Amino acid sequence: MASQILQSEQDEGALEAEGKAYFDRIISEDSRIEPRDWMPAGYRKTLLRQISQHAHSEIIGMQPEANWISRAPSLKRKAILMAKVQDEAGHGLYLYSAAETLGQSRDQMMEDLIAGKARYSSIFNYPALTWADMGAIGWLVDGAAICNQVPLCRASYGPYGRAMVRICKEESFHQRQGFEILLELSHGTPEQKQMAQDAVNRWYAPSLMMFGPPDDDSPNSKQSMAWNIKRFSNDELRSRFVGMMVEQVRVLGLTLPDSEIRFNEETKKWEHGPLDWDEFKEVLNGRGPCNAQRLERRREAHDNGAWVREAAAAYAEKQSRKQAEKELAA
Amino acid sequence: MSNESATRITPGNALRPEDIALEVNTGLVKPGEDAAEYALRLGDDALILAQRLGHWISRAPELEEDVALGNIALDQLGHARSFLSYAGGAWGKSEDDLAYFRREPEFRSAHLFEQPNGDFAVTIARQFLVSYYQFELYRRLTESADSTLSAIAAKAVKEVDYHRDHSAQWVLRLALGTEESRERIQHAFKLIWPYVDELFHDDELTTRLTEAGVAVEPSSLRGDFDRLTAEVLAEAELEAPEVPAAPGGGRRGRHSEHLGYILAEMQVLAREHPGAKW
Repeated sequence: MASQILQSEQDEGALEAEGKAYFDRIISEDSRIEPRDWMPAGYRKTLLRQISQHAHSEIIGMQPEANWISRAPSLKRKAILMAKVQDEAGHGLYLYSAAETLGQSRDQMMEDLIAGKARYSSIFNYPALTWADMGAIGWLVDGAAICNQVPLCRASYGPYGRAMVRICKEESFHQRQGFEILLELSHGTPEQKQMAQDAVNRWYAPSLMMFGPPDDDSPNSKQSMAWNIKRFSNDELRSRFVGMMVEQVRVLGLTLPDSEIRFNEETKKWEHGPLDWDEFKEVLNGRGPCNAQRLERRREAHDNGAWVREAAAAYAEKQSRKQAEKELAA
Repeated sequence: MSNESATRITPGNALRPEDIALEVNTGLVKPGEDAAEYALRLGDDALILAQRLGHWISRAPELEEDVALGNIALDQLGHARSFLSYAGGAWGKSEDDLAYFRREPEFRSAHLFEQPNGDFAVTIARQFLVSYYQFELYRRLTESADSTLSAIAAKAVKEVDYHRDHSAQWVLRLALGTEESRERIQHAFKLIWPYVDELFHDDELTTRLTEAGVAVEPSSLRGDFDRLTAEVLAEAELEAPEVPAAPGGGRRGRHSEHLGYILAEMQVLAREHPGAKW
């Protein structure tokens, strides 16, 4: 008996060594890890955290925009906004599915979100105060998301990378519609132009902080880069984003609320003024303007829908029982 | 089908509200007063329902339903935009002029479309009845002598067929799911059913337009509507509730108490900035 246990432990050890060798080779070849492949516990945990946070961000991120569907000022804008928020629900679905391949159920992830145990992008804890916020969110927030996410299409974990390909296509439409809203406003009445500038002023810094803390304060980045999950550092992506926005804001006829933006000829990188990282941490830790409101809305939807999900499950079970009885009789 | 066909208003082609607005603005089509009034009714029904359904996005019982109800809302909004763009042609008004700058008594929606979302069961009951009505209506409207109305209907009927399927599936799930869901859907039908009758009221306008081969006579839809909804209800082991019909009045601008709130929210921003473009 004892020798049998020893034997199976040895087998397991050999299997693990084989799996690890395969994993290391895949990473070094920059190929893809798939759900059934062996992977280090840390890799699984990192991905699960990142993908579920990303999914939660899509779902919570629906709220500030859904807030304006009923008041969209033209029917065309209403249709575009509805389609956009609906896309975000779809992104949430792909991402939860990708995360499920790592061994956690969507129900569990949803429970964690509602219980306040899981994080989501802190930017969605800011309020969407005017219609121009629909423009600024599309242009800046989705713009930053694209900068972050395009490299993730090459992430080493297959289901994540593939989900990101589809998501990025839709995000670029989202950013364009945001840009278009701002362009229309900045060429509109003085009140509209002012509304646009005010929204850009409020969303600029939070969107820069979406890339995460500065590189010297981002402990997980190095390992994520070694695993080919992350391809560029937070500061690198932030600098690229600033460069893009500097060009685009001119076309909009608006300004960015940052007098220290400059292109550093030596490093060949865009630089920006200081960001309030204390505020970032406050908001991330639950003390932002809308944290409680966003979670409560999610909890409410989840709780109010419980009887519907139970009904659907009970019906499905009855149907499959009926089907089984039919087959048995046949 | 070639890409060009998308801009031609003939039944069966993909038709966008922008295409209709273009045809109206360039004077290629211009509805008569009666046809415009009729288009306004159908457009307002769809618009108000889209406004109601849009509220579910980010609040649905599961993510799949955020997507599904969002889709139905978008389809309804698309139909509304087409009908309103066409109707506006009679009076030199755009879809947005009509949606945002009419007052409550100028709307022509039937009361059923104005009913609050309630819980998910109420929304499904409302959607089930609406979809079966709209399907029968649009199916027949594809034969309209008015080529714009028939083209809008040809696109809409395909989409409404999915709405029918979606809501019928949910009626079954809720009716045969748990005790609670069964009670809720039964209660929902009781709340919503009084507003069914109004959909089938004929009046002078529909009589004139039916004679001209433009409109579908509302009362002529009732038989198929009753038969087809009864089939689903029977499968769901439900019966149409015995409740008195509400008098309606939406087609004459006499609305439910709910419409004022819907319009206040929908129109507030556009009215703060009259003449602005978005």
